Amino acid sequence: MSMVTQNTLPGGSTLAHPASVSAIDGPVRLAIRGVNFFYGTNRALKDIALDLPERRVTGMIGPSGCGKSTLLRVLNRMFDLYPGQRATGEVMMDGANILAPGIDLNALRSRIGMVFQKPTPFPMSIYDNIAFGVKLHERLNRAEMDARVEWSLTRAALWGEVKDRLTAPASGLSGGQQQRLCIARTIATRPEVILLDEPTSALDPISTLRIEELIDELKRDFTIAIVTHNMQQAARCADQVAFFYLGELVEVGTASQMFTAPKQRRTQEYITGRFG
Amino acid sequence: MSATTSFARDHTVARRLGRQRRAADKVARVLALAATAVSLIFLASILATLLWYGARGLSLSVFTTITKAPGSHGGLANAIVGSIIQAGLGTLIGTPIGLMVGTYLAEYAERSALGNAVRFVSDILLSAPSILIGLFVYQVMVAPFGGFSGLAGAVALAIIVIPIVVRTTEDMLRLIPVSLREAAIALGAPRWKTIVFICYRAALDGILTGVLLAVARVAGETAPLLFTSLGNSDYAGLNSAMASLPVTIYQYAASAFDDWVQLAWTGALLVTLGVLGINVLARFVVRRR
Repeated sequence: MSMVTQNTLPGGSTLAHPASVSAIDGPVRLAIRGVNFFYGTNRALKDIALDLPERRVTGMIGPSGCGKSTLLRVLNRMFDLYPGQRATGEVMMDGANILAPGIDLNALRSRIGMVFQKPTPFPMSIYDNIAFGVKLHERLNRAEMDARVEWSLTRAALWGEVKDRLTAPASGLSGGQQQRLCIARTIATRPEVILLDEPTSALDPISTLRIEELIDELKRDFTIAIVTHNMQQAARCADQVAFFYLGELVEVGTASQMFTAPKQRRTQEYITGRFG
Repeated sequence: MSATTSFARDHTVARRLGRQRRAADKVARVLALAATAVSLIFLASILATLLWYGARGLSLSVFTTITKAPGSHGGLANAIVGSIIQAGLGTLIGTPIGLMVGTYLAEYAERSALGNAVRFVSDILLSAPSILIGLFVYQVMVAPFGGFSGLAGAVALAIIVIPIVVRTTEDMLRLIPVSLREAAIALGAPRWKTIVFICYRAALDGILTGVLLAVARVAGETAPLLFTSLGNSDYAGLNSAMASLPVTIYQYAASAFDDWVQLAWTGALLVTLGVLGINVLARFVVRRR
């Protein structure tokens, strides 16, 4: 099943553009090749090559500062907001390099959605939280919008809890509900890829469990990348797992392979808790 | 285990330190209370004096009758209406400008030289003596066009409103967490939509409070109106000299006629109550959520 389980060697750029860098066969949604990232002169990602297989969950693990969140912020060009941050290399999506200049960033971000560490409900009603993102990209009439809001809230496993108070402010929801609202808001724009940046680190165990179940359900329609510090979460949610260390992609494998038989010593040391 | 003895506390020392701390606490508390009392006494005596002298002149005719010659039972109606028009129009002119400048400073000019210059000038304007603003408007709007006008008064008040709104808008926008902006941008929202639909909404209470405080500030301004709208003994359009409460108070309080002095007291009470009302409203807005 697995074709390539490791690709980036320390300082080695010879493998920067391999044909496939995935632990899973099948179509690839995002192909990351030779990506470097700089905060000013500080190189935070080193020759990253990784495939995000379509409709699968890729877990990204590694100690703080290893570059996994940075990689997520490359994939939707979030770093463009900040002068002094830049990325080189290629991230191919449907034959186009999304890192190329001239890409329509707003359109890109509607195709590659992102959910953040802390829930960030907008200061408006539950309904408007969802409608805000949809209205950016589509013109829907009232009935269509109602249907879209219900669809996305249902997919985010929140509809039952909020259907009677859609006009209430979103800030009144619990933390776990707010995070599911953020997920609903993201899928409402019907992206192809969803980036989850430690989506449960601010949540209690029950809410975390619900989000994990949700991820499992969402991967039927969406390609998902999740950054997590929680090893069990990666094992539970991810189909393939990528381990980052000091800006390098040390190893990528299927979840079961990574947690039972990692090929790299550093992976094993991290997974078993010897550092990080 | 002889080492344990060295950890034993000398209780007499602890008791003495405790007594000293309690004494220092008492002194500090008495001083703080005394300072509070002094400032409250001034405030209370001003309010009491205003109520004492102002309330006795309160009657319906104050609100329904215009200012008249001494001894002919005039009111303050034209001054009240003029104040509302000038403060209202000044706020309407100044708020959008201040809002946009504050947005520029918070969102687009974080580390730019122009932004720093604008912020510096705005802060100077914030503390500029308001009589200078009156003189400035006199030079550009009154002298060249040959007449005092309510519009010139409103513009002078707008110039006072602008830096207040600039400061509160910038401060409130800066308080909005980066995560909220990023969340909107991650949905594919362009920058201006993020600012208008997310940031303004999140900062609305704070900005509204700033605007209300600006209204309260200009409602009591006298100096800028002396050179611009001057005053009028009747209702007036924007193109002619216009009465206002502060200027009427200024003119009547120094007059030799008892009924005018009484109207000045009553006018002062009305201005104070109005400003107080606006401040209470501002607090209510903040506490609403």
